[in-house]
Amino acid sequence: MQISMILNGKKITAETEPDMMLLEFVRSQGCYSVKRGCETANCGLCTVFLDEKPVLSCSTLAVRADGRKVTTLEGLQEEAEEFGAFIADQGAEQCGFCNPGFMMNAIALFRENPYPSEAEIKEYLAGNLCRCSGYEGQLRGILAFLEYKKEKEQKGE
Amino acid sequence: MKVVNKPIRKKDAMALVTGKPVYTDDIAPKDCLVVKLLRSPHAHAWMEDIDVSKAMKVPGIEAVYTYKDVPQKRFTMAGQTYPEPSPYDRLILDQRVRFVGDPVAIIAGKDEKSVDRAMKLIKVQYQVLEPILDFHQAKDSHILIHPEENWEAKCPVGADNQRNLAASERSTYGEYDKVMDECDIVVEGTYHTKANNQTPMETFRTYTYMDTYGRLNVVSSTQIVFHIRRILGHALDIPKSKIRVIKPRIGGGFGSKQTAVAEVYPAFVTWKTGKPAKLIYTREESQIQASPRHEMEVSCKIGATKDGHIRAIGVYTLSNTGAFGEHGPTTVGLSGHKSISLYGDLEAYRFDYDVVYTNVQAAGAYRGYGATQGIFAVESTVNKLAAELNIDPVKIREMNMVKEGEKMPSYYGETAESCALDRCLARAKEMIKWDEKFPCKDMGNGKVRSVGVSLAMQGSAISGCDVGGATIKLNDDGFYVLTLGAADMGTGCDTILAQMAAEELECDVDRVISYSADTDISPYDSGSYASSTTYVTGLATMQAANQLKEAIIKTGADMLDVEDPDLLEFDGDYVRNLEDGRKVSLIDIATKSMVNNNQVFQFTANCSSPVSPPPYMVGMAEIEVDKETGHVELIDYAAVVDCGTVVNPNLARVQAEGGIVQGIGMVLSENISYTKKGKLRENSFMQYKIPTRLDMGRLRVEFESSYEPTGPYGAKSIGEVVINTPLAALTHAIYNATGLRFYELPITPEQIAMGILEHEN
Repeated sequence: MQISMILNGKKITAETEPDMMLLEFVRSQGCYSVKRGCETANCGLCTVFLDEKPVLSCSTLAVRADGRKVTTLEGLQEEAEEFGAFIADQGAEQCGFCNPGFMMNAIALFRENPYPSEAEIKEYLAGNLCRCSGYEGQLRGILAFLEYKKEKEQKGE
Repeated sequence: MKVVNKPIRKKDAMALVTGKPVYTDDIAPKDCLVVKLLRSPHAHAWMEDIDVSKAMKVPGIEAVYTYKDVPQKRFTMAGQTYPEPSPYDRLILDQRVRFVGDPVAIIAGKDEKSVDRAMKLIKVQYQVLEPILDFHQAKDSHILIHPEENWEAKCPVGADNQRNLAASERSTYGEYDKVMDECDIVVEGTYHTKANNQTPMETFRTYTYMDTYGRLNVVSSTQIVFHIRRILGHALDIPKSKIRVIKPRIGGGFGSKQTAVAEVYPAFVTWKTGKPAKLIYTREESQIQASPRHEMEVSCKIGATKDGHIRAIGVYTLSNTGAFGEHGPTTVGLSGHKSISLYGDLEAYRFDYDVVYTNVQAAGAYRGYGATQGIFAVESTVNKLAAELNIDPVKIREMNMVKEGEKMPSYYGETAESCALDRCLARAKEMIKWDEKFPCKDMGNGKVRSVGVSLAMQGSAISGCDVGGATIKLNDDGFYVLTLGAADMGTGCDTILAQMAAEELECDVDRVISYSADTDISPYDSGSYASSTTYVTGLATMQAANQLKEAIIKTGADMLDVEDPDLLEFDGDYVRNLEDGRKVSLIDIATKSMVNNNQVFQFTANCSSPVSPPPYMVGMAEIEVDKETGHVELIDYAAVVDCGTVVNPNLARVQAEGGIVQGIGMVLSENISYTKKGKLRENSFMQYKIPTRLDMGRLRVEFESSYEPTGPYGAKSIGEVVINTPLAALTHAIYNATGLRFYELPITPEQIAMGILEHEN
């Protein structure tokens, strides 16, 4: 069957199977940032935005995205670079495999709540597993980014 | 130092945070055959027959292979230097299946759906056999896991397939029994740890294809490209010259990818069909047929004087290697050698072990590699000794722990040439405010806060065995390419090795391009494991860069018409005559290297080390126990590491933090259990709970550096030692809060709550 969506700002129409998950669908469209870390909706690696809301693409049928807007990290390169630099400055990206899902959810967090507290950050990102970093470096990176963002806003940039 | 010891960004960092397609499945050809494995539902069975005729008729199916189709020479999947200490006990597919999940058939087809359909149509006739599921019952059991005649142990490790033994050894130093008898106090305990999974976020995966020259190309998420080449040569029974192995970016390893878990299956498909193939393990497969930590039961006995002077330590380890012997004979050694040695120059020690086969999935290499399990036992027993003698557990360590310059008879007789364990302990004690907080404080609301402590050590490469390799060449514009056989699995070795090369060549790290790893191109390196890369590959990198620097200066001398190169200085950009200030630029030298040139501008160095200098660490945990629910809240974790010179403080810190959280998972949440039929219950992230960011409290890592005289710029390893402290430190803190001593991990809230109830009654 055929579905259409706005994928990273571009209208696409493509063939899909009724049982195809959005994860496989966006990868088949070249969005390789989207990763699978489990089959049980536990790891958060496959997070994409459906319209503006983060969802687990491993447990969202591709047909559900029909007529809607889907965003992956490929469509958020500027934000990913700006925020990602702070993660990189901690060395907290490590193997990088969980990074896209983590970046997506962190960006969603900043959009919902521009200046979250430490507790809010941990709570919001609790579903994003990372086996390398021990999470502490990711937290340092986020806090440094928020500090930078605040300064930038105060300067009126 | 200008580049070493600086918190430089990882070379691949921006590609990774922006989600670039750099991993195995991102770059696999789109027309790959999809490969899947049919797995045994039985823990132990003999296949009387297998019928694939119906499966072969499914449209899109290219091939189905069974035990009838594969070479009959046994091999090991362990990524170790040849001859491997791990026994040769595998076939690609065997008529005997030895655990629930053991591969029974390889199915290759054009897509997942056809492969899934074909898998259901394979008919297997099993003769179900009695399994060994309890590793205490394995040695000398009437059930044999490997009765086959062509089973072979290539090294004298005490293996005996007629006794279900993958390894066995007895060793004593000093007059052990006499010293133990003379001790005022002897404390004992037996500690049980499970077959924990590494769970890198990227599961096992490999794709394979034939190249122009009829060679099998294997692209795999692996830590050990050169070992994979050899293993595939053995498994497929083809010349190693026919195989090329390449590693792209790896989504985490932690030792799991030091075993050829997935490679043989698509490789066999491609070799047979000539077509590209790929195998992507599901998370479930990565839990049930992987390479987890060896389940161990470590019995520790410590003898001391009444004032707390430790005189002798005894360790007996029973290790469960599962259905196959990968890393069985070697992990077990660390459970004694890297735990007893924390107490340096003892009067006597004893270290005995048995490694047994059972009908659960084969174990492998997991960060810490046996040291984790042994240190849990020895450090917990030291904590028990301190409690029985009523001596502060920090003080008893100050009195007994290994000090710089001390001989370590239980550590292969090596001397601790670099050791800041004393400074680590003093600093950790200060950070956590030990004297104020030990042992505990009742918070008055049903909660108790307490602290616990553990020391740890590891090694840096396998002495007299591991080989590091580095090739560096000069290119136009004066940039360098550093080619490596080691595997950066997120650890950052591509970057820290470039830092070392840049330090030697007096340049910015951006001027050094790192490339790894490809068996056709990279210099030989035994691979990234055994905490070897910073140390031996670092030494090789330094040497290769130094040789290149000499060649640059020599060419500069020729171009400046100076006879004695000692009169010249290379500052990274120019070779300068110190007498008259005349200079020639590196760019001109690089240009010269490409026209009418007879000077070599590419150098390879290989390094092994006769010693394996241990990094050391102290971990102190502060927790809060809810006495009603048994919940353990982590409040603070102070860790101080001596890894010698810290090559990259950011990356070393994150290594430490990541290792600590994996250790915390082992203690509090990561359980492994089997049904009566031997099926693993924790076969997904739903049941196998690795810590989230809400489960690890606050981590504080500091470094107290010694200087390792044999290491590159004084460096030792960091990657493994960091997982070793949480086990004993948290168990100790739980004891200090509740009075309950736990001997098995993980420790669940239920166990704590019930224990408190029983304790009160």
